[in-house]
Amino acid sequence: MTLPGPQSAALPAARGRTLTKVFGEGDTRVVALDRVDVDFDRGRFTAIMGPSGSGKSTLMHCMAGLDSVTEGQAFIGDVDLSSLDDKALTVLRRDRIGFVFQAFNLLPTLTALENITLPMDIAGRKPDQAWLDQVIDTVGLRDRLAHRPTELSGGQQQRVACARALAGRPDIVFADEPTGNLDSRSGADVLDFLRSSVRRMDQTVVMVTHDPKAAGYADRVLFLADGRIVDEMAEPTAERVLERLKAFDPAEDRTGEADAASRAGVR
Amino acid sequence: MWRTTWRSLLAHKLRLALSGLAIVLGVAFVVGTLIFTDTLSKTFNDLFESTAADVNVTRAAAFDQGLEGTGTGGTATYVPAGLVDEIADVEGVAAVEGNVQAEGVYILDADGEVLDTGGAPGIGISWDTEESLSPTTLVDGRAATGPGEVMIDTNSAEDTGYRVGDTITVLTPGPRVEAELVGTFRFGDEGGLAGASLTAFDTTTAQELLSAPGQFTGIGVGAADGVDPDELADRVAAVVGSDYDVKTASEQAESLSSDFSEALQFINIFLLVFAAIALFVGTFIILNTFSMLVAQRTRELALLRALGASRGQVTRSVLGEALVVGLVGSTLGLAAGYGIAAGLRALFGSFGLTLDGDLVLSTDTVLWAYAVGVLVTLVSAYVPARRAARMPPVAAMRDDVVTAQRGLRRRTVVGAVLAAVGIAALVGGTLSDDGGTGASLVGLGALALILGATALSPVLAVPFLRSVGALLPRIWGTTGRLAQENAVRNPRRTAATASALMIGLALVSAFSVIGASTNASIDELVTGSVRAEFVVSSAVQVPFSGDVAAELAEVDGVDAIMPLRWGQAQLDGRTSFLTAVDPDSLDRSIELSLVDGSTERLGGNGLLVDESTADGRGWAVGDTVEVLTRDGRQQELVVRGVFESNQVIGSTVVSLDSLTAFGGVALDRFLFVDLADDVAPADVRPQLEEVTDAYPVVDLKDRGEFSDEQKSSVDQLLLLINAMLVLSVLIAALGIVNTLAMSVIERTREIGLLRAVGLGRAQLRRMVRLEAVVISIYGAVLGLVLGTLFGVALSRSLADQGITELVVPLPRMAVFLLVAAVIGVLAAVGPARRAARLKVLDAIAQT
Repeated sequence: MTLPGPQSAALPAARGRTLTKVFGEGDTRVVALDRVDVDFDRGRFTAIMGPSGSGKSTLMHCMAGLDSVTEGQAFIGDVDLSSLDDKALTVLRRDRIGFVFQAFNLLPTLTALENITLPMDIAGRKPDQAWLDQVIDTVGLRDRLAHRPTELSGGQQQRVACARALAGRPDIVFADEPTGNLDSRSGADVLDFLRSSVRRMDQTVVMVTHDPKAAGYADRVLFLADGRIVDEMAEPTAERVLERLKAFDPAEDRTGEADAASRAGVR
Repeated sequence: MWRTTWRSLLAHKLRLALSGLAIVLGVAFVVGTLIFTDTLSKTFNDLFESTAADVNVTRAAAFDQGLEGTGTGGTATYVPAGLVDEIADVEGVAAVEGNVQAEGVYILDADGEVLDTGGAPGIGISWDTEESLSPTTLVDGRAATGPGEVMIDTNSAEDTGYRVGDTITVLTPGPRVEAELVGTFRFGDEGGLAGASLTAFDTTTAQELLSAPGQFTGIGVGAADGVDPDELADRVAAVVGSDYDVKTASEQAESLSSDFSEALQFINIFLLVFAAIALFVGTFIILNTFSMLVAQRTRELALLRALGASRGQVTRSVLGEALVVGLVGSTLGLAAGYGIAAGLRALFGSFGLTLDGDLVLSTDTVLWAYAVGVLVTLVSAYVPARRAARMPPVAAMRDDVVTAQRGLRRRTVVGAVLAAVGIAALVGGTLSDDGGTGASLVGLGALALILGATALSPVLAVPFLRSVGALLPRIWGTTGRLAQENAVRNPRRTAATASALMIGLALVSAFSVIGASTNASIDELVTGSVRAEFVVSSAVQVPFSGDVAAELAEVDGVDAIMPLRWGQAQLDGRTSFLTAVDPDSLDRSIELSLVDGSTERLGGNGLLVDESTADGRGWAVGDTVEVLTRDGRQQELVVRGVFESNQVIGSTVVSLDSLTAFGGVALDRFLFVDLADDVAPADVRPQLEEVTDAYPVVDLKDRGEFSDEQKSSVDQLLLLINAMLVLSVLIAALGIVNTLAMSVIERTREIGLLRAVGLGRAQLRRMVRLEAVVISIYGAVLGLVLGTLFGVALSRSLADQGITELVVPLPRMAVFLLVAAVIGVLAAVGPARRAARLKVLDAIAQT
């Protein structure tokens, strides 16, 4: 299970079928995902957008094997995540998925390089040196490899996180608001890197964001509302995304989550 | 601010429970010690107060023998029967009866073995016919009336299963007695005897067996109604004269218990030292816990500061938490202390101090529990509280909470100075001529060194974890690397956690070195100075009848039997323990290296003393020493020889004749069996054992076995000490649990991240476990190094007290290291499980 098996090129890197996720019961019951069907094609950079409480993070967590679905199936390649136990899921995450979180991506005790190779070290695998060099050079952190996270700026830390996500040549990289904590300049660096990893290194990236500018870097944008994919946009630009977002009526959000409306559209 | 304190307490129940546990354990040990010693003194006071007679008359002693006077080491003094009639005529006397009491009377159980009194005396008494004068109450059967009849106390009856009507065997200092058990009785109100056994005979039989015909050991006098005991005592004293001591019941109880309280004090101090160690170790854990609580609440506290709370308010808020934790911990500790006291009672019971009756909980104990618990908690929380107050308000705005690493320079300096002082004191103590000063110097040095090492341990932790810890990544790869990094991440915390274990192990290993050295010295002493092929001694440390020696002398192949007895007398105005030996066979049995004079003229009024006694008292060969015997007679001894210190024989040696002349009891402590030159020991052994087997109190041992027997008391003491120290190690283990649990909470997000990028649950558990092991091994290594230093220094400083050899028990040290590692593994179980159970998403989302 360390490397993706031989698959037909047509098979998407990841796909969800009738994904349903329900939190709570009775009065507190919230449907975060409502029978979502979604494909993430290989070599594509997909952004997921939507108001708070629309289910975009839940969709990512379920697709990435971090959370279980109530109904439906999530596939990474041809592997059905619901068929895996915790151990197998852990191995799958380690070997076939890359992660970039909004904050706290790095272990403070390890150097930048050690953080980058962490998943492979955990697996006891030697990194592919040529690939690793390419990744490191692309993020532009070669002179920072021996530094600890506290000695790096926020943008540098996120780039290290991106490098870690890609270093194991995963089937797919999931990025959860990777620029949420960064200033626009550092954010742009990170997004440039993600885009070039897709364009030049043929990686597959799925990114959750609420920033139209960030979404503008993607090849495709999925819009979620109330746990459903309500729209899709190919070759987006920041302006078009912003326009589309304005169309979301805040009143609609009330059906999703009680306090969602108050948070929606704040940023 | 009190409301925030209260809320914070409720919000951190688990963390506080962990630190509270340290307080509970520390307080529990203090309370347990106090309850135990209170119970101990109550048991003995009850025992002493169980004198029914209003006034007691005994032979006046020329000097106070102290506690030893109540034991068999003393010399017997009698009261003639004629005195009873004289006292009967005194006005106000309602009843009077002479009584006999002596030790060395043992009941044999159905298997012919001595009823185990666990070191407590087996006492023989005469049965008082005057009920009002008797401390005993008949429970079953009837009183003994003649030579063939005997009574025993109900506890002994229960232990042996004997019932009235059985024929039982009793060993006395004289002959072995077979008699019918005609009655059982209870002693005092509760029957508590602290393990001792009581055997009663009728007065005439008791005199024959235990004193001498017509001689009593005391006379009990009952006052008529309305007569004041003090006044009666004065009147009786006027009649009997100054040769006799007349004491009222309360005076007697008082003097007995004041003698005893000194011995009790020793046990008390001994136990409290361990309680102090436990608390000291507990302090580290509390300090650690509060430091971590404060670190975790950085943002919360900074927010309070930003909102306008003053430094003092923040400090008080943290101290307020400590106060509540201290109060709750003390209360629980009080309850747990009851359990510890019960445990101590059982432990001391196995060492021969049996306590019946209920545990005593005094008001003082309760006050001490709260004083100690609350104070220790407040003191340990003060430093973190101050740190909390210094938190800049801006910390509230920071996203990542990074515990600021403070410089270690001050600790390095303070620690280095303390360590240097400690080492200097250790060296000084080792070189000191005087054992007493040397030992106390070593003690002070040890304390300074422990404090120094505690201060230095964060400084030393880094190189240790970098070097020895480097094994972890080698063996366990990334998991090991993460564990190593986690341990080294906060050297102060790692060090404080390890320090608790360090102290416990330092003491355990120091005692191991001393114990091993003492045992080696005993071996050396016995092989070097005992010439006799066999030694006969009592397994229960009691003196025995001279018949054994007489019968052994009859065995073919025995060249000589040399008895060794103990006694007391005042030599030149100071009470001294005397060893009495047979001058004719001394040289054949024991080898003494003489510095001056010879052993030849020991017979008659000769005296041999060891070097340090001779130096201390200013005696030289040829000097005359004034002797005052217990019954007040003046005698003289002449120093005939000075020998090198020898633990087998003691420091002051006289002839058997001298001891008898001083009123010493004719009971042997040891017999040295010297065989003829052409006899193989193995050939004679069966015949010798045939003799000793008839006396259940005594055993025949060859030199090796004799040596082992001497060593067993050392081992027993070590066991006792180690059992006490187990508590501090337990608290240390708790500290590791605490630290790890806190670390897991602190690193929740890291753990979530690790799990997200593919660290398996098993790997995560191993990471936590390895961190625990490396911390505990660090503590153990520090402890073992310090302990070995202390042990070596103390052994050397006690070289002239008989610890001539120096042994560092390396295998045992290795076991300690292993145990430390196991403690680490066990301590990690809970925190590791907790870490592994964290839900990945929740952990990542945690702020």
